[in-house]
Amino acid sequence: MSKALSSSYTPGPPIAWKKILLKWETLLGLAVIADFGLNTYLSPYFLNPWTLSDASFNFTEQAIVALPMALLIIAGEIDISVGSTIALCSVAMGLAAKAGFATPWLVGLGIFTGFLAGCFNGFLVTRLRVPSIVATIGTLTLFRGIAYALVGNGVLKSYQPDFAYFGQGYVIGPVSFEVTLFALLALAFAVALHKSVIGRRIFAIGANPVASRLSGIPVERYKFWIFALLGATAGLASILLTSRLGSTRPSIATGWELSIITMVILGGVSINGGQGSILGVVLAALFIGLVTFGLSLLNFPGIVLGIVTGTLLIGVVAISSALGQSGRRRRS
Amino acid sequence: MTEPAFSLSGITKSFGGVRALVRGELELFAGEVTALVGENGAGKSTLVKIMTGVYQADSGEIRLNGQPVHIGSAAAANRLGISAIHQEPVVFDDLSVAENIFIAARPRRHGVVDWAQMYRRAAGILAELDPGIDPRMLARDLGVAQKHLIQIARALSNEARIVIMDEPTAALSHREVEELFQIVQRLKREGRAILFITHKFEEIFALADRYAVFRDGAAVGSGLVCETDRSSLISMMVGRTVDQVFPKQDVPIGAPLLQVEALSRGEEFADVSFTLNGGEILGVYGLIGAGRSEVMQAIFGLHRPDSGRIALRGEMLNIRSPGEAIAKGIAYLPEDRQSQGGILRASIGENIVLPCLSGISHRGFVNRRDEQALARRFIGELQIKTSSAGQLLEELSGGNQQKVIIAKWLATNPQVMIMDEPTKGIDIGAKTAVYRLMGELVSKGLGIIMVSSELPEIMGMADRILVMRRGRLRACFSRAEATPERIVAAAADA
Amino acid sequence: MLKSFFLRAPAVTGLSLLIIALLLSVSIAFPPFLDPVNLKSAFDDTALLMMMAVGEMFVLLTRSVDLSVAANAALTGMVVALFNAKHPGAGILPVLLISLVMGSALGAVNGLLVWKLRIPSIVVTLGTLSVFRGLVYIISGGAWVNSGQMSHAFLNLVRLPLLGINLLSWAGVLIAILAFLFLRYSLTGRNLYAAGNNPEAAAYAGIDVGRLQCVAFMLSGAIAGLSGYFWVARFGVAYTDVASGFELQVIAACVIGGVSISGGAGGVVGVILGALFLGIIKNALPVVGISPFFQLLISGLVITVAVALNSGTQRKTHGRHILESKKVTP
Repeated sequence: MSKALSSSYTPGPPIAWKKILLKWETLLGLAVIADFGLNTYLSPYFLNPWTLSDASFNFTEQAIVALPMALLIIAGEIDISVGSTIALCSVAMGLAAKAGFATPWLVGLGIFTGFLAGCFNGFLVTRLRVPSIVATIGTLTLFRGIAYALVGNGVLKSYQPDFAYFGQGYVIGPVSFEVTLFALLALAFAVALHKSVIGRRIFAIGANPVASRLSGIPVERYKFWIFALLGATAGLASILLTSRLGSTRPSIATGWELSIITMVILGGVSINGGQGSILGVVLAALFIGLVTFGLSLLNFPGIVLGIVTGTLLIGVVAISSALGQSGRRRRS
Repeated sequence: MTEPAFSLSGITKSFGGVRALVRGELELFAGEVTALVGENGAGKSTLVKIMTGVYQADSGEIRLNGQPVHIGSAAAANRLGISAIHQEPVVFDDLSVAENIFIAARPRRHGVVDWAQMYRRAAGILAELDPGIDPRMLARDLGVAQKHLIQIARALSNEARIVIMDEPTAALSHREVEELFQIVQRLKREGRAILFITHKFEEIFALADRYAVFRDGAAVGSGLVCETDRSSLISMMVGRTVDQVFPKQDVPIGAPLLQVEALSRGEEFADVSFTLNGGEILGVYGLIGAGRSEVMQAIFGLHRPDSGRIALRGEMLNIRSPGEAIAKGIAYLPEDRQSQGGILRASIGENIVLPCLSGISHRGFVNRRDEQALARRFIGELQIKTSSAGQLLEELSGGNQQKVIIAKWLATNPQVMIMDEPTKGIDIGAKTAVYRLMGELVSKGLGIIMVSSELPEIMGMADRILVMRRGRLRACFSRAEATPERIVAAAADA
Repeated sequence: MLKSFFLRAPAVTGLSLLIIALLLSVSIAFPPFLDPVNLKSAFDDTALLMMMAVGEMFVLLTRSVDLSVAANAALTGMVVALFNAKHPGAGILPVLLISLVMGSALGAVNGLLVWKLRIPSIVVTLGTLSVFRGLVYIISGGAWVNSGQMSHAFLNLVRLPLLGINLLSWAGVLIAILAFLFLRYSLTGRNLYAAGNNPEAAAYAGIDVGRLQCVAFMLSGAIAGLSGYFWVARFGVAYTDVASGFELQVIAACVIGGVSISGGAGGVVGVILGALFLGIIKNALPVVGISPFFQLLISGLVITVAVALNSGTQRKTHGRHILESKKVTP
């Protein structure tokens, strides 16, 4: 129950609990700095630009998907099939590469496959009115199932050398292509969500779909296109991931939906829709990335990170729900 | 005089600063039917919810058989033998009829649910109510009237001493009402105390022994039905002369603005035709479920009518969505301010600009300066009491919230404004302000359709009054022709 | 009685017919499917799915969802495997007890978070799902516990033959029967339906919806914990990724069996059929000669079609809402 439709547009007198959550981004920023310090303490090599660049790879792809996921959750829906979508896109690209298609075709195919998967989710939710959580539990299995059916336990790795650029290339010095792309996308999503008419309507849809519909907003159409956008972005992430790994297995990106959704929720986006900010999501992604890297410095495997992200996910929602309830109690 | 079986005194209840009950006083007697009457917003449903433990009173005293009691929860109310038949049937669709009846006290043997006994007892109770209902049926397969019967059966089954009936006849046919009256008589003979909430005066005189009148959250009168008459009940309910409260302006009626012809949709409404003129306030009256809102929503493009025509200033409209309706200059102020009208967690400014975002944006980006200017303009014009346009809607009083939502529609420059229960749940001062605003709007040439269940409001503000009943237009009165009796007669089932 | 039951539950009837048709066609075309060894294994597979699906159904009935069942099974399974490796002489009773207690305790964590803090169940269990998995790694140090480290009693209980099938299959049947009786004859069981069917009306009737959700999570957890032991014993190995992703099949079995995701509707019979359906497909595929990699695809197709149909029929029967508004619970 925090700020209203946007984060900056609240010149009115602030209320205590609202103020607390307005500072969520500040808190996250502090956490990022603290973890940065901790990592520096843990490893003398951490502050090296190349180490930092390496550290960025383990969360950038997920963070890119977290951007449209934030839009979707703000609009009041959710998609837990993104990990499978990534696998499906990767398999599509792998098969095309095996058939001899050049890299530009693969890129187009990866994004298009994701777009189709997103449209299918959007169709189930907005047309057939299947609750989004249920629909995407189904497609999570379905998309992964298609990936396995197409490849079995094989590996697809007939990628052209130039395909490696997306996941392994650098723009300038240690600044990787992935990080550059993420930064540009984050900026674009932030502007779209917080400054544009579309963003304003997305917030309204999540906060009150009925009032939004009565205000002339085509609610279902908006939701459908956010699903499609999320799918296409998952396709983009699939390009980066496949390119970085240099190969495709159908088990690729398993469980990513959890990390991605955790980034979004940790970033202050309300699971009930209607509020959140891209800045928060970016900071949460940075935070998770740094913690992951710190854990790997301590030689913990990825699965242990699950404890951290899982606890964070529940803790964050618990805190905001407790605050929201006390706020509501005061009112009635 | 005997001691009341159940009494409430000095009950108060506020919601976020809005006082729903100021002075709740009520006495129920064993073996008697007490009719509770009052306009919408008089505090009747709040009182019922306090009696059934859904809400807790802020202050006041509740006594059962002379003993003070605390009704802390719905379960506590059940234990005390207080049973309510709600206006909207409260049933479990996927459970059997029998289980619905015994939901709070399933018969058990050796600690496990005794289905045979449950079905048998349910069949026994149902035999007297409606032998056509099989206790094993799912509640989903019942009609609305039968779902009401389930609630009545519930009250019969748990030996409730206090039975509350909240407008139980609103959705029933004439025959079903007759049957219901038989049941009420039986409950009475069994010595139960019955609270019967109704809008229909015939029912009061046919059924009730006592009456209690509420107005603006306070008890304003009570006594024996045989010692009162219809007009004194009405004057207690309304409590003021019509001209004082309604600042009706004389506005010349202009050319036809909105023409609706033979509009029909499924079972909701049929063959609805009317014309709204510029400068006119057209009142639409009817009981709950008469199809008024459905007609308005069809005009606004929320649901497509099956047949019929809608024309605006002579131009045929084919509206497929609210967005298209807004573009044509039709605005719809929905009935439920909080869940349909506005976004509580958004600011005043954001709410106001929501339907006209494209008008204050440049290349898809919101122009904050225009937004602020628009919000400030309406805050000034509508005298919305707020510290700034950035204040959240949920922080305003009900009346000011309603003004914001009206402002939101005015910002779209409508020609036709449909207002569904525009003063529901706001206090008297805010109501007058809304009425005055309506007058100003029509004086600028707008046409207003005002859907309302409040007779004084309809009679005080409307130039013409349409009356709907069961999905059809039943009557149209000019301001001069309209009397409460004629309107109520047209709206009630013959 | 039986006739009216089937008339009232067309989904159940349709599913039974589908399963019979599936069984017949597979057995006729591929007789090796009827091989006792194959059938036994199919029953055991299905029993695991069935019991966890029954647990999940309790949660679904109350309008929640438990995504952590498989992780719960993995964690509890690992704990009992480690316990058994350390105290091989302790016998089987402590193992059963630990799995039940620990499983329900993990379920209670979910339940309390949903009940007391009103966090959406999907968020809670998405979180606990990864916490539980991480804990499996931590307590095991990432190592496997394999059958060599397990006692005979531990391993053989599930394989105890009884009237032609293994004890594990009987356990599934027993849990299903108990769940059926619980849902039909106990007040709590009946109230689970009421709470999910119409939470508002349930509150009017004095039913504490949040508390029942917590109870449902504990039941689901207890069954998941027990299944964790069964799983580890049946496959003779405990490791971090035991039953990974199995929660989706569990939910699928429920949805296919007609349990409504929006709460309050569904029954044990349907869930058994749903589990049988998936179990048969899973075990028939290798016999029919389809690559096991198609299994996930078929599950996914079936789930997607089932949820689409399920929500479609619900939309029809629930009547038309003037505006499909998202009910926000206060």
